[in-house]
Amino acid sequence: MTHARLVLANLGRHKRRTVLTILGVALALFLFASLRTVVTTIAATAEYGGARRLVVTNATGIVFPLPMAYANRIQALSGVHAVSWASWFGGRYGDNKRFFAQFAVDPESYLALYPEISLPEDQKEAFFQERSSAIVGRRLLEVFGWRLGQDVTIQGTIFPGDWTFTIRGVYTPTDQVINDDMLIFRSDYLDERLGRPGITGWYVVEIDDADQAAAVSKAIDDLFRNSSAPTKTGTEQAFNASFATMWGNVELLMGTIGMAVVFAILMVSANAMMMSARDRTGEVAVLKTIGFSDRTLFGLVMAEAGIIAFTGAVLGLGSATWLYRATNFNAMGFLPGFQVTPRTLVLGGGVALLLMLASGLAPAIRAARLPVVQALRRVE
Amino acid sequence: MKIPLIYNVRSVLQRPLSTALTALGVGLVVAVFIGMLALANGFRAALARTGSPDNALVLRRGADSELSSGVDRQTASLLAASPHVAIGANGRPMLSPEVYVLIPLPRPDDTTAVANVVVRGISEQAWDVRANVTVVEGRRPQSGRSEICVGRNLVSRFAHTGLGETLRFGSRDWTVVCHFAAGGSAFESEIWGENEQFMPVFRGEVFQVVSFRLRDPAGFDEAKRALEADQRLTVDVHRETDFYAAQSAILGSILEILAMLITSIMAIGAVFGAVNTMYAAVASRGPEIAVLLTLGFHPRSVLASFLAESAIIALAGGVLGCLLALPINGVVTSTTNWASFSEVAFSFRVTPRLLLAGVIFAVVMGVVGGFFPARRAARLPVVQALR
Repeated sequence: MTHARLVLANLGRHKRRTVLTILGVALALFLFASLRTVVTTIAATAEYGGARRLVVTNATGIVFPLPMAYANRIQALSGVHAVSWASWFGGRYGDNKRFFAQFAVDPESYLALYPEISLPEDQKEAFFQERSSAIVGRRLLEVFGWRLGQDVTIQGTIFPGDWTFTIRGVYTPTDQVINDDMLIFRSDYLDERLGRPGITGWYVVEIDDADQAAAVSKAIDDLFRNSSAPTKTGTEQAFNASFATMWGNVELLMGTIGMAVVFAILMVSANAMMMSARDRTGEVAVLKTIGFSDRTLFGLVMAEAGIIAFTGAVLGLGSATWLYRATNFNAMGFLPGFQVTPRTLVLGGGVALLLMLASGLAPAIRAARLPVVQALRRVE
Repeated sequence: MKIPLIYNVRSVLQRPLSTALTALGVGLVVAVFIGMLALANGFRAALARTGSPDNALVLRRGADSELSSGVDRQTASLLAASPHVAIGANGRPMLSPEVYVLIPLPRPDDTTAVANVVVRGISEQAWDVRANVTVVEGRRPQSGRSEICVGRNLVSRFAHTGLGETLRFGSRDWTVVCHFAAGGSAFESEIWGENEQFMPVFRGEVFQVVSFRLRDPAGFDEAKRALEADQRLTVDVHRETDFYAAQSAILGSILEILAMLITSIMAIGAVFGAVNTMYAAVASRGPEIAVLLTLGFHPRSVLASFLAESAIIALAGGVLGCLLALPINGVVTSTTNWASFSEVAFSFRVTPRLLLAGVIFAVVMGVVGGFFPARRAARLPVVQALR
């Protein structure tokens, strides 16, 4: 009890120094959590994928289309439960300041394959009924202030012209890795207007048994090997992972910056701790004289360092967690599900522990080993 | 009268550890600042250099990237006949109708990872139109053959790109006959071959873009007006440099914003460190400051002196930060440019301007962090402090 009060009194002596140091630690851990969350979010999208879903793309490259005729032939393969297809639209809305993805899909089969894209039955029905309708993510609706039933016009960059869609549904993803700012419309609308002869961007295939993924993938690729458009089939997870790797070495970049941040703060707080210790050499000698053991003095200094490090950590990690949850941040759709993970919090706690040891150990040892007589000479 | 700077330098040297820790903190902030801006800088530079101000790039109207564009043969020949196109030494128009596609190339280090690499089908004129491109090894691909020229930046990063090797894409084998350099631009991350060879393999009878040399570089606006008003054409005409620079706009500004955000948060932490250090310095030198004031130095001089001291520490940190950041200059990295969906390799660019900005940033941190402690020093009650 008395020891705790002594530690608190010491912290209160240079209030400004204590507060600034704690805030410094808090800022560092806020940055640490933010940088790590970039890495964990990208990793989460890379690991995401329905176990039973395969993605079939053109082997020549993802930007090349596939013939519509493949749908029936894939469906006929054994082990295939359902087939759907989608295309990238690549349009611009308004001044194009806020980018979002648009996909043309086969409505019934696509929503059946993606139960994660959930929306009310009546809206789903409306989407199935009306050819020029579209469904949008909840976030998109909020960003642009759209309403249900509103017409939205998008300029096509791949498919030229103005395209008007009527919003008939608003979906909420059940998994946060799924983007909630997409616009999904019907591929038959696209085909009708382009008059294009049955092509699509890619196929999504649901298989009966997740263990058969490799075998079914091979069967699909073998089927089209000698056709004009050979395919490349893989699990949805592998498909998403290949997108994640396109960022380049984000992990190294974020890791390096994170290290620099932690080190910079280490310097600052270690410096503050050492300054405090230097101020108190005489005091420590007095405490020793009146009977405080070396071990207690060591503990007192470490406790002080610990309080600074962990208060800062709670502030920094807490504000990062709160901020990203409260603002529902997703980096304009590039990082869906940007949330601080429990593992990041644990690692942040580890950083705080490291900070406590690095900034407290040297002064604490010095306090414990202080020769009393010599130090007392300096006391007035 | 001013207090000589040597007083501050000596004072700083009196407490080496504390100074070193503060300077190191500032140095790390400056290093991250320079490093991140060097990344943004390098990326922007690679794309800005891709185009030439003397060239115009023609895309289908409304297309915002080469990938989403499409230009038919008739349009290409109408453009070739335009009076705005320069005529080359061989008497032919300096114009290159180009096929532009992306192909997936597996990365050698990670088999699951695929990079979308640009394959550009060019006409023979392209080597003259794109003036910054030079073959560094081997010879140009010959017309009518399955031969390709590989950008210098791809060679070290992907398999089967060496001279004489065979690269397979688009269901055909292609022989690598040369490597080319393009002044560090995004072209160096591309594979070039003959447009007529690529057409049947990829998207059929259509080009994606047409690049041509302007007869009169100053007459770009006139050429743009004339071509876009032509009833037979549905095209947008861009100055090549502007077009490629615009392709770097989104990612470039994301990187810059990120750099500013991260370093400003770090800077606040470093300023806190400087504040602590300077307050401690002022506290431990009370009698000294009182003597200075008694000797007749104006409080303003004392304020300036302590500000200078803080700035000196930060300056040392800034220089240290520059030294820490310098080795990354020229390091090659790559990312996907989402505006074109293709992978671009580029190198970190640490420029003298960036170093200067880093040092100034450090000094600002020092001055901001030193202000309140310095003010306290200047306002010290003399009599009390002299005791």
